[in-house]
Amino acid sequence: MSNPTSSRCAACKYLRRRCPQDCICSPYFPSNDPQRFAYVHKIYGASNVGKLLQQLPERARFEAVESLYYEALCRIQDPVYGCAGIVSWLQQQIHDVESEIAKTRAEITVFLNSNISISELNTQHPQTDDMGMENLSNKHKGPL
Amino acid sequence: MAGGSNSPCASCKLLRRRCAKDCIFAPYFRPDEPKKFAIVHKVFGASNVSKMLQELPVHQRADAVNSLVYEASARVRDPVYGCVGAISCLQNQVSQLQLQLAVAQAEILSIQMQQPHQQQQEQEPSLLLPSPSMLSSLQTDHQDIDDDKSSTSLLLSSAANIINNNQLNLSGQYFGFASSVVNVVQDPLKRESLWI
Repeated sequence: MSNPTSSRCAACKYLRRRCPQDCICSPYFPSNDPQRFAYVHKIYGASNVGKLLQQLPERARFEAVESLYYEALCRIQDPVYGCAGIVSWLQQQIHDVESEIAKTRAEITVFLNSNISISELNTQHPQTDDMGMENLSNKHKGPL
Repeated sequence: MAGGSNSPCASCKLLRRRCAKDCIFAPYFRPDEPKKFAIVHKVFGASNVSKMLQELPVHQRADAVNSLVYEASARVRDPVYGCVGAISCLQNQVSQLQLQLAVAQAEILSIQMQQPHQQQQEQEPSLLLPSPSMLSSLQTDHQDIDDDKSSTSLLLSSAANIINNNQLNLSGQYFGFASSVVNVVQDPLKRESLWI
């Protein structure tokens, strides 16, 4: 038994074949979205998609088709690198942000250390071996 | 040209056909790497790969083959999500790291604003520094800066502002991503080399 011509799934419409009741593509390639199957077919081929879906449990097939569609779209947009280019770009982003975090944390450490040094200088007696500081302290204290 | 003087390339071996001198696969699927072609053929199909390579200039085909091998490997490892699973994982990592960066930058801001009399070193322009308008809005909106509670909320609101101003439109970046040369790429899940 096959579906009437008007309710063929997008895959069977594209491939110009009858759409059986148990068509494996039918739940995931509705007839109102022909481009979805066209992209997936262009990159993977209908038979490979069918084989892949058959190897998966039914509950996982929708996600699998979604990911195939996304990857096919990426490959059509970027025929050289496809999805791998996005992976590469994200890895570079991670590296850049990690470097920025390390740099920022180093700056925080510098700030905190400089704050500690200044507060220590304010509370301790001035050092005598530092001429500049000795003169300054003498100015504040007045002549001996 | 066929790989080696007499031996067919890996694709022609697997497909059991004569390896022509101008075989499109021969430069990229050497006879000693049968698994490489096997995995690409399993996922994409030899004819689809051939069509893809034919549409590309010769100098880009090696990179295209390597990316196809990577995607096919990811799909074999994870038949449901393939490469998209790796992308999702990396996206999460980027988001978390951006949050950490925003918090760290907000902390610097907080320290700087608590020490206004100290000589402030000029910072080099950075893409991730808050804008002057954000700084002035923070100073006018949070007067009791010495209070612990308001300092914490200042830190969090500063972080949120920085994130909002610097949030990457990742979905837009995906589909508008321009090809670039990749020197070293590692699989995020298994840390193996992308380019086999």
